[in-house]
Amino acid sequence: MALEFGIFCKSTIEEEFAPKCFGTTFPNLFDGNGDTTYLDWLLSAWGWTLSVAGLALLIALLVGLVVGTLRTLPESSWFNRLLITLANTWVEIFRNIPVLVQIFLWYHVIPMLVPILKGLPAYFLVSIALGFYTSSRIAEQVKAGIQSLPKGQTLAAMALGLTTTQSYRFVILPMALRIVLPPLTSESMNIIKNSSVAFAVSVSELTLFAMQAQEETSKGIEIYLAVTIMYMITALAMNRLMAWVEKKTRVPGFIAPNNPAGAH
Amino acid sequence: MSLDLSFYSWELIQNFLIKGLLFSVQLTVVATLGGIAFGTILALMRLSNKPWLTIPASCYVNVMRSIPLVMVILWFFLLIPTLIGRPIGADLSAYITFIAFEAAFFCEIVRAGIGSIPKGQAAAGQALGMSYAQNMRLIVLPQAFRNMIPIFMTQIIILFQDTSLVYAIGAYDLLKGFEIAGKNYGRPIESYLLAAVVYFLICFSLSRAVKALQKKVAIIR
Repeated sequence: MALEFGIFCKSTIEEEFAPKCFGTTFPNLFDGNGDTTYLDWLLSAWGWTLSVAGLALLIALLVGLVVGTLRTLPESSWFNRLLITLANTWVEIFRNIPVLVQIFLWYHVIPMLVPILKGLPAYFLVSIALGFYTSSRIAEQVKAGIQSLPKGQTLAAMALGLTTTQSYRFVILPMALRIVLPPLTSESMNIIKNSSVAFAVSVSELTLFAMQAQEETSKGIEIYLAVTIMYMITALAMNRLMAWVEKKTRVPGFIAPNNPAGAH
Repeated sequence: MSLDLSFYSWELIQNFLIKGLLFSVQLTVVATLGGIAFGTILALMRLSNKPWLTIPASCYVNVMRSIPLVMVILWFFLLIPTLIGRPIGADLSAYITFIAFEAAFFCEIVRAGIGSIPKGQAAAGQALGMSYAQNMRLIVLPQAFRNMIPIFMTQIIILFQDTSLVYAIGAYDLLKGFEIAGKNYGRPIESYLLAAVVYFLICFSLSRAVKALQKKVAIIR
């Protein structure tokens, strides 16, 4: 069985092939005939995957960091205990509902209950869903990272007369965040993989492209191969990016966080 | 707007949800058993010192772990009929996909579990004159599996959540049951909400059980 990758040069509308494969993506560079080819479509789908995953990652990091930090607060007052309970509830809720169900909730249910969200585009709602889902996992890792710091760090901060906020800001978080970078790398790669679930609410990202283009062209293997490779490239790029961040933020002479944490 | 759950009758649960729940649970059980079996084989391959065993096993595991599960589901649904020459149902395809996919994840868990057994254990087995197979079966794996039980359980909860992704090929699982029930009665919003609640209750109680178990099955040292 021969693979026909020429299918990517085919117009999505008519039975013709663009000579340079690109129809609309680079109109000035490769004068296509103005019809979108499957290659154009693949690239725009990749763009959607990147946007959904990127926005979701931003939300997940912000929320996950705050929630994870709150969970480690000292139980010194009723207000702290309230915050801890709220943060723990947040994690339990978003961790124990399948991501697809959460996406349906954000797309079908929440805009009905909260009318302000009605006008938001699907990709935005999916990003929120994916971001909150991942935030629960990141919160778990941030908590573990903070707890893995020697108790002496917190005590030393206290002895220096720092307030709780100050000790988190200047002592605990700078070290803890470096420790959680490796698990954050795998979460960032997971978020790219999980963004594939957006197909279910018709965000035209890579997986939806794969399903629709396979149906239109019946060249499933070629289409799926291309999409799979795109996912792998993206995950690899994310991995390298995080490795670079890890290297840049390393404190010379401090912690060697490269202890393999076992199964994910 | 107000929510109305009154359309949820026992009849509806019987007609739409039980079938889906059964499929989700069966898929979880089959994928767990198959995944652990194949995952253990993969882990032993990866831990061997023969390159013709380690390289294919690591390639398989790394590829599976770097592709979104939805794409794996779509791949198998496309490839299996091409290979065997006749169409197979979404259900069977889902079973095969989940076993193949979970094997990669269980492989990593088993590998870490075997790594956590002190070297002296295997060495002592060897000193007693045990063969490699005897050593694995009688000394290393029983201890490794005991240590791995909590991680296994966590992975099974994730697996149960992931079964909802068979939505991509239209298999009838718990989520599909809720969706169809919602469509038939014209109440999709309540139906999705209830789906979230049911999934939450199942996964939350399972994770509580894992926590209790974790305390009981303390690591023997």
